[in-house]
Amino acid sequence: MYVAVKGGERAIENAHAWLAEERRGDTDIAELSIAQIREQLSLAVNRVMAEGSLYDPDLAALAIKQARGDLIEAIFLIRAYRTTLPRFGASEPVDTGAMACDRRISATFKDLPGGQVLGPTFDYTHRLLDFKLAADGDVPEAPSRETAADCVPHVTGFLNREGLIEEAPYDDAPPPDLTREPLEMPAERALRLQALTRADEGFTLGLAYSTQRGYARNHAFVGELRIGAVPVEMDIPELGFAVEIGEVTLTECETVNQFKGSKTEPPQFTRGYGLVFGQTERKAISMALVDRALRWEELGEDNVGAPAQDAEFVLYHADNIQATGFLEHIKLPHYVDFQSELELVRKLRREAGAQQVQEAAE
Amino acid sequence: MKDTLIENNPRQAWMSLLAVAPEGRVATLLDAAQERPAFTWLRAPEIGSTMVRGRAGATGAPFNLGEMTVTRCALTLSTGEVGHAYIQGRRKVDAEAAALMDAMMQTTLAARLRTAVLAPLETEVKHAKSTRAAKAAATKVDFFTMARGED
Repeated sequence: MYVAVKGGERAIENAHAWLAEERRGDTDIAELSIAQIREQLSLAVNRVMAEGSLYDPDLAALAIKQARGDLIEAIFLIRAYRTTLPRFGASEPVDTGAMACDRRISATFKDLPGGQVLGPTFDYTHRLLDFKLAADGDVPEAPSRETAADCVPHVTGFLNREGLIEEAPYDDAPPPDLTREPLEMPAERALRLQALTRADEGFTLGLAYSTQRGYARNHAFVGELRIGAVPVEMDIPELGFAVEIGEVTLTECETVNQFKGSKTEPPQFTRGYGLVFGQTERKAISMALVDRALRWEELGEDNVGAPAQDAEFVLYHADNIQATGFLEHIKLPHYVDFQSELELVRKLRREAGAQQVQEAAE
Repeated sequence: MKDTLIENNPRQAWMSLLAVAPEGRVATLLDAAQERPAFTWLRAPEIGSTMVRGRAGATGAPFNLGEMTVTRCALTLSTGEVGHAYIQGRRKVDAEAAALMDAMMQTTLAARLRTAVLAPLETEVKHAKSTRAAKAAATKVDFFTMARGED
């Protein structure tokens, strides 16, 4: 039964007006600009771009402002905007080997071509609140060092020379796209990687942590982590050649995993891969660990029943917009559904009551 | 920007440079150098997206990483040259300036615009990149051995 009711309109309008006022907060405090959010809350902006699956720092900053800092709400706004854009095409796969690295570290080799470049990291901070930031102050310019244009090769390349690590064979098959076709099982690796790169950071982190604690343990080393800008090139159909159309900052994590070998594969190191928009290190490492766990079948490993090995479980629950949509819909009116449940429970109680009376009479 | 592009195809190189110029910069340099010629739109500036792809394990099979916003347009000068622009972001004014530059670089104005617009732009883009690279280089670890156990 469907019952149409009216009467919420004014309440909704007034709720929106109050939302706008609460969003602004105390008007004695200066209003945040989009540029301030973009420049000073850049890691929040990066997360919104990664999980919103649209690289545009100004739009992500606007979404964060509109969502009052609720990042999942901001991601929702970006996903909704994305659907309104005509798609001009797909880029050439980006060459992360040509990245202008802000940061590049390896946990497996101390001395490696290109070196260990720490970049603007929280890693060696003491995690003590810095009250100087509560006062206005100029920041001294960061030191620079003369640099030759260093070649920064991928670490997995060195291991590959000895044949100690599985290859990532070159391929040019056009990848499936979950924004065009619904995600269906079994999902090939290209589809899993697309789902993981836009997956919720917290969910991905939790699953990756579970593999470290022993649920489908696969002994990951961070072979390499790099953050920096890569050029994006696209074929221009009108011209018949590719041009660079811009630049995106990416975080790439390649894990090197212990592997004793299986029925089909020799003992060697195996690989997990994470590639995410923006400076999003925790997410990229998590993605690489989960990617590796999901590869159990193609590597001939045992399914130990761990959550991170279950592609259907992982991929169908990793998207925070799908999850929040379904979760939050239960707060919307279910008056009629509930009315029928209420009727059912009353009927069952009446029947149970009648039975007791009858039993007592016998 | 990849230097290899510049050697292969000059048009590819200038289109790429125009795409990575900071907001408003092409228009400023262009307007300081040259009056804008008359043109008609083949395709008025339009905002859309490009799906950015990566490769599994950096070198393997491609996968879809996510989209980026892109503005494109195309125009014809009254003298017949066609200019295209595909640039990152939602920047219709910049796309117009880039497409005009693309068209004008095919005319006799090319040498002048190369000096007045492309050369300073290239210097600025390179400078921004090398400033960042120098800051990264300052965070490179110089390992040294403090003590060895075998003595």
